[in-house]
Amino acid sequence: MNRRLIVNGAVWLVLLTATLWLPLLGGYMALASRVLIYALGAMALNLLLGFTGSMSFGQAAYFGLGGYGAGLFLTHLTNSSVLAVIAGTLLGGVVATAFGPLVMRRRGIYFAMITVAISQIFYFIAERWNAFTGGEDGLSGFSRQPLHLGFATVPLDSVAFYYFVLFFFAVGAGAIALLLHSPLGHTFVAIRENRRRAQFLGIHVERYVWASFAIAGFIAGLAGALNALQNNFISPANLYWVESGNFVIMAVLGGMRNFWGPLVGAIIFIGIQDYVSSYFPNNWQSFIGVLFIIAVIFFPTGILGILRQRVKVA
Amino acid sequence: MQLLLFDGFNGLIQGAFYALMALGLSLIINLNSVINFAHGGFMVIGAYLAFSLAPYIGFWGALVVGPILAGVIGLIVERTLVRYMYSRPDPVYSLLLTFGLALIIEDTVRSIWGAQGVPFQIPSALGSPISATYFFLTGYRLFVIGAIAVATLALFAFLRLSRFGIRIRAGVLDLETVSALGVNVYLLRSVNFAIGILLAGFAGVLAAGVFQLVPTMGNDVIMATFVAIVVGGLGNLFGSVLGGLLIGLAAGITSAYYPVASDVVIYVIMAVVLIVRPRGLMGQEGMFE
Repeated sequence: MNRRLIVNGAVWLVLLTATLWLPLLGGYMALASRVLIYALGAMALNLLLGFTGSMSFGQAAYFGLGGYGAGLFLTHLTNSSVLAVIAGTLLGGVVATAFGPLVMRRRGIYFAMITVAISQIFYFIAERWNAFTGGEDGLSGFSRQPLHLGFATVPLDSVAFYYFVLFFFAVGAGAIALLLHSPLGHTFVAIRENRRRAQFLGIHVERYVWASFAIAGFIAGLAGALNALQNNFISPANLYWVESGNFVIMAVLGGMRNFWGPLVGAIIFIGIQDYVSSYFPNNWQSFIGVLFIIAVIFFPTGILGILRQRVKVA
Repeated sequence: MQLLLFDGFNGLIQGAFYALMALGLSLIINLNSVINFAHGGFMVIGAYLAFSLAPYIGFWGALVVGPILAGVIGLIVERTLVRYMYSRPDPVYSLLLTFGLALIIEDTVRSIWGAQGVPFQIPSALGSPISATYFFLTGYRLFVIGAIAVATLALFAFLRLSRFGIRIRAGVLDLETVSALGVNVYLLRSVNFAIGILLAGFAGVLAAGVFQLVPTMGNDVIMATFVAIVVGGLGNLFGSVLGGLLIGLAAGITSAYYPVASDVVIYVIMAVVLIVRPRGLMGQEGMFE
């Protein structure tokens, strides 16, 4: 119990002080914001993958929808960054809730195939509906707006935006943590551990998978909305199935049985992507592919899974 | 009417490719329990190998050698990487592995042959339209449909009539028992994987003559292939063929009336099938549910 408190305190301290130590390591704040955004997306996925045992391979759909929700909201309706984030969160979540019944009965590879195929619907809508979504070129022409706090107006420059993202990351991660400690979260884990036994105990497994899918959709939408605000741009590539794979690898790389696993995975993935794509702009895809294969063969329990084994042995 | 025939025929060709791809992917899913995300990548490999070989051994030689080389590469990948995934009950690992492979294949193909599309020469005897009214009915396109039909029938004959094929079908039903009866199931799975890849390579070479060769051509095909399998019913090879033809035709006919929706329509069909008949058109009830 104590160790958990120490780990959580350390993680939040590191995240809160990132503006102080990150420049010393040669990083920049936009990179840190991106890590948090993708970590939140991967944590949303991990609620399904690591804690409910349902392998969603289409999480990018809700991430991208969150981005389009925020972007379109800023373009057409309002100039409030916070409202745009809420709009994106709702769009991702509502769509996930609507499509949940299609996937909730499936397991294993069938679940993965259907979630990824459904995600393609939104990719093609975003790519083809030129007038509304900007089509293949993506949606641009909106920009994140200063925060009006009542007593002051804060322009969201890179440092302020980092804390803006950190706030929503804390909301999302806190929601997942609360959920996992609630009876609902324990039910998810029970379904992961033994679906059939959970069913015999009278648990409506399908409804709970639906709930997990919907909640993961809301949080992925939140992350996607932040992503759109960070880039002031959103493109169909954020909805494509390759992006879904990126979220899965982040969760697996960090450790999908660990709460902070996706964060560790996102740090490594985004770090490598940033580093490799600046030195090998043409072949970074191969590096990512090799990373996938190495992670799968040598680190199936993820970085945190290995660390935890070490700590237990020692 | 002319336009509808034109788009319908295009859809049929597209559907035939989906069917062939779905057939290979289904084989691998059924026996190897692996969703091969790199299936589209192997299709591209087959196509580009044939493109490079064709100047030396001609179209017909490339049509035979390209798929075989793709199959050999598939065999190597299975022996060195994929087989380590069989002992892992969680399917996420094999998915990520083949996903990583897909990225590497696309990148490698782009490095070797370039990101721009390259033209693939087909025999001039097959290139000309058969009649002036139906200009879209070239000999090559008819040949493609015939070749895919022959490949499909050959696979079904192999699975029904040959000892090895019967063992593959038995392995799909109960691999443990087949193993206990003294069959080398590792070899069975390796060969099965290679056959699936061979079919993908064959589809690639044929597609090279119809569409332009680009490194990303596998990316969209793989998703349509998933849809074909889900629509046809997971676990049923004949369903995969039917699903592929159906969604190809649907996409073609849609592009005659409402071109913007031609990409989305196959996913809509999938959603409808999942609501009306969750197991797919020919799938068994309760499988993977």
